[in-house]
Amino acid sequence: MVCIVGIINAQLMSVTERFREIGTMKCLGALDRFIVRLFILEALMQGLVGSIIGALLGAIAAAVSSAVNLGFEALVFAPVGAILISIGTAVIIGTTLSLLGVIYPAILAARMQPVEAMRVEQ
Amino acid sequence: MSVKNIVRVSGVTKDFDLGKLVVNVLKGIDLEIETGKYVSIMGPSGSGKSTLFNMIGGLDKPTDGKVFIDEVDIAQLDAYELAWLRCRQIGYIFQTFNLIPVMTALENVTLPMTFAGTSNDAAVEHGMELLNQVGLEGRHSHKPSELSGGQQQRVAVARALANSPAIVLADEPTGNLDLTTGEDIINLLKELSLDRGVTVISATHDYKMLNVSDQVVWIRDGRVDKIQERSELDIKTGGLA
Repeated sequence: MVCIVGIINAQLMSVTERFREIGTMKCLGALDRFIVRLFILEALMQGLVGSIIGALLGAIAAAVSSAVNLGFEALVFAPVGAILISIGTAVIIGTTLSLLGVIYPAILAARMQPVEAMRVEQ
Repeated sequence: MSVKNIVRVSGVTKDFDLGKLVVNVLKGIDLEIETGKYVSIMGPSGSGKSTLFNMIGGLDKPTDGKVFIDEVDIAQLDAYELAWLRCRQIGYIFQTFNLIPVMTALENVTLPMTFAGTSNDAAVEHGMELLNQVGLEGRHSHKPSELSGGQQQRVAVARALANSPAIVLADEPTGNLDLTTGEDIINLLKELSLDRGVTVISATHDYKMLNVSDQVVWIRDGRVDKIQERSELDIKTGGLA
């Protein structure tokens, strides 16, 4: 739960903080579509990289803790399939959340009149 | 041959609805601007300069009245056409520069060309040319935060010219700059306007602008107060210069 709120909030902020930038790009002739695509792409990359790093670190931490608690023999019997599945789920959930958080504000920002977007205080 | 008007504003009004209170910022503006002129829109703060400027640039919609760019009513354009207009016909320069902070000077200049669908190589080449023209040789890889205010505004000028627009709109381009730097930017704009035959429209309350303007439009309280040609201007504002 904490993660969901955290990720979505971070993405919401990253868009709202850049309203002015979006306004500028619209002034320069960017299409609404282009702006939404830009943010989705960014969210996708952040989500992927972030969740992959997170999932790998998690797997390593779990391996270390089981090795310490149960001895190194535990690693031999490690359920590789299950670990890979949970890494995969984590990556998918992380990326989806990051996309979810960015889509709404990005569409909102792209639809704004450029002046309104630029009037937003930074 | 009759003189061509690039911008025609007829009966434009703009109200801002602040909930309890409706503010009439523009109260019926009629204005014609000829191609290739350097026009300054002057007036005290709060007179509606910037609002008018935003209307001309198609950045905001008038409450009533029409704005024609190159004899096309911009209220009739859809989002796609409006983006095209902003991209190809109009270059914007802002008081606060509004460069994209994460991009280098060169990338900022090539951005509008990317929107216009120019290939990357051509955009980079043209971008370097423009940066040289505004006097920023060798600074192309610097981020906006590594440039001074005047240099940032030069980048903004280069960016405004990226797609060879017919009109350059400058909203208080010297507002954030000191006297000399401001003068440099004004001279740069004037030079470019002469070189390329670009119509420059600037909203300003900087009297240095008067020296280079072909025409000055005085705005007071949401209406056009008077329009002066350069010749009459020199006599009347002699004391101010």
